[in-house]
Amino acid sequence: MATNERTFVQSVWDFFCSLKLTLFLLISLALTSIIGTILPQLPLPPEYIAETSKTQLELFTKLGFYDMYHSWWFMGLLCIFSTNLISCSIKRLPHVFKFISEPTLVLGESTRKSFSQKKEITFSAPLEKAKEHLAEFLGKEFSTPVITEHNGELHLFSQKSAWCRLGVYVVHSSILVIFVGAIIGLLLGFKGYVNIPEGQSVSKITSRAGNEIELGYSLRLEQFTVEKYKTGAPKEFKSILTVLENGKPVPDYTNARVIVNDPLTYKGITFYQSSYGQATEGSEHFFSATPRGGTTEKFTITEGGGATFKDGTTFKLLESSQDVSQFMPGFSGPAARVEVTFKGKSPQTFVVLKNYPELNAQRGDDITFGYDGTNARMYTGLQVAKDPGVEIVWLGCTLMVVGLYIAFFMSHKRIWVVLTKGQARMYGNASKNQAAFGIQFDELAEKLTNLKI
Amino acid sequence: MTSSICFNITTIAYMTSMVVFFAFLASRNKALGLAGSLIAYAGFAVQTLAIGLRWKESYDMGVGHAPLSNLYESVVFFTWTIILIYMFIDLKYKYKVVGAFVIPFAWGGMAWAQLWMPNGIEPLVPALQSDWLLYHVITCFLGYAAFAVACGISIMYLIKSKLTGGSATEPTGGLMALFPPIRVLDDLNYRAIMIGFPLLTLGIITGAAWANYAWGTYWSWDPKETWSLIVWFVYAAFLHARFTRGWVGERAAWLSVIGFESTIFCYLGVNLLLSGLHSYGSSNSQNKPSILIVASLIIGANLALYALHKFGSKSSTGAKGEDPGK
Ligand code: HEM
Repeated sequence: MATNERTFVQSVWDFFCSLKLTLFLLISLALTSIIGTILPQLPLPPEYIAETSKTQLELFTKLGFYDMYHSWWFMGLLCIFSTNLISCSIKRLPHVFKFISEPTLVLGESTRKSFSQKKEITFSAPLEKAKEHLAEFLGKEFSTPVITEHNGELHLFSQKSAWCRLGVYVVHSSILVIFVGAIIGLLLGFKGYVNIPEGQSVSKITSRAGNEIELGYSLRLEQFTVEKYKTGAPKEFKSILTVLENGKPVPDYTNARVIVNDPLTYKGITFYQSSYGQATEGSEHFFSATPRGGTTEKFTITEGGGATFKDGTTFKLLESSQDVSQFMPGFSGPAARVEVTFKGKSPQTFVVLKNYPELNAQRGDDITFGYDGTNARMYTGLQVAKDPGVEIVWLGCTLMVVGLYIAFFMSHKRIWVVLTKGQARMYGNASKNQAAFGIQFDELAEKLTNLKI
Repeated sequence: MTSSICFNITTIAYMTSMVVFFAFLASRNKALGLAGSLIAYAGFAVQTLAIGLRWKESYDMGVGHAPLSNLYESVVFFTWTIILIYMFIDLKYKYKVVGAFVIPFAWGGMAWAQLWMPNGIEPLVPALQSDWLLYHVITCFLGYAAFAVACGISIMYLIKSKLTGGSATEPTGGLMALFPPIRVLDDLNYRAIMIGFPLLTLGIITGAAWANYAWGTYWSWDPKETWSLIVWFVYAAFLHARFTRGWVGERAAWLSVIGFESTIFCYLGVNLLLSGLHSYGSSNSQNKPSILIVASLIIGANLALYALHKFGSKSSTGAKGEDPGK
């Protein structure tokens, strides 16, 4: 039994240490990730739902394709990925440490043959003297050697940057550090949004999942402005915000400016400019009505409301905009889309403009309507995020870049010199960039020859 | 002189360089190889000037920003980075023939940009008004360019290994003698990816940092982000396959070609075919015909390469990724 268990544990361990598994995982992650870039992700757009068959919707929902990157199987792949990474490191790290801390001080005959960098130098000095010269030479030109006597030969070993063998492990652990940061963010942080009308304050925001979250303080929108380029393209969306603690403005957070790419952070929660619009609730819209040949009469409608005239004509406000140019290129200023039912006629909808009264009059109806704008205020839409894991993620990213640099561009260089009477044989090898090391090795060998010990 | 004239000169220079390089391939006349690379260098100088001019012109128009803000500008910058990396390899390794396989990428990019893309200087929308734009775009494109060069070199590898039947001895005459030795090609492929991979990593990280700064999420699985991760996985697979399973030579060359194709999809396909947060060229339907042309060119080139490989002149023994001589 015991041996069976042993072999089972062993084979599970081998499975997770296998590099074939690594390749399989990298390729599978690459391939499956494609799904989520082709299929829409939650929340699904209504058009997509409308044009997709019900069975397909059900099937894909079951398979997690609409929230692919959080589906059980994708998370499962990531877990196996992490396990693979950890097992491989546990298995290999001790060897690497040993390799670094207990280097091969003595070169055996057979290993000597495998070196591509080698050089033979003859000298006339006695062995002891030559050893000192050589040790000094290596110490000055490369790094201080360790000297071992073996079978009547003297072996001088020196190495540089042995620790850079660990670069790969820095890269691998950085991936795990990033995962840890992401998990902390998921567990302890939140993402949400909030809309604040001008002059009003909020103390709660709505999370992506739809829950309300208390901020612990309030945030007031003083003003929202949109600036445009001459072409009409937007240049800047700006919210002026004040943080209130117990209803009192916090001095350094009074009239703080938030624009796209320049958020506001207070007590670990960050507010990002994201959208804007016209606050509709409780606002009033001002209209005028001029019966043919009569006098102009002003009237006011609250959002969603309507009016009925003495002759039985009914008037309803459908929607309004304080800048019509995005809907009607070439026009500007406030406009309202209204539905008017003249007595005994069917309802008709049209747009009345503030800046173009002559266009309103051209309609030639029994009553000419005009629009004088609204007292509605702007609201700003802010993304809200709290992510206590983000620093750890950046730490992981930094480790990864440093680790990649070490792994790719630094090289563990080793040189052995085997001394026998009258002859020194020099061998060298490098973990990366053999060609550059070859040049360095040849230079060293030449200097050594010129020393004429 | 305006930037747009300079960009036209650049396009013509790269085209001339490419034609001269093809003549070099056909004639094996050394002078032509030198001329090809000098013309490419001259084109690069003009292009550098043009990018600087365009930058200045945007300030003259009162909307000053680095010329990296839309698809046109990014394609121009991409070709610039390809030539930059090409020059580096040319100066360091001096194999003129590499030009014939790298310059066409740069010329294709410039021609596409000049002929099909609107090239007006636009003011920056609020989402792009950040210094992160510069760091993000520059690192990404340097990475992409390194992958482009690796792909060109891999194509050379595949052609050479086919035409010489994978024999270990280097031919002393003929076209194939112009090509770097097969193990040099294999090594160059790895080196280019060794440069590209950290740059792509930096590109993804700066992108994440920017997203976090601008939106409060460093990763939102938007198609562009996801595709850059896919590309990253492909090259990570390349490195691991090479380092731990001894995938060198042909298999490595194929992986490099596939890697570059996924790079191109990440760069262009995502913008033009999928929708997302990235605003370059945002699914502008006018671009669809040209992306289809590019896509069919890529698929065509791929099939041609494969066909050459499979049914080329020599028998197909030794077509399975052997070690080119370790
Ligand atoms: C399950 C996941 C992974 C496992 C088990 C794994 C395992 C390994 C192993 C065993 C090596 C060889 C180390 C040596 O012998 O010196 C290696 C090399 C390397 N790995 Fe990973 N790895 C994984 C994922 C990744 C990822 C996602 C990256 C991306 C950055 C990465 C980057 C590297 C690099 C840069 C090297 C060095 C390659 C070279 O020097 O050419 N690894 N990996």
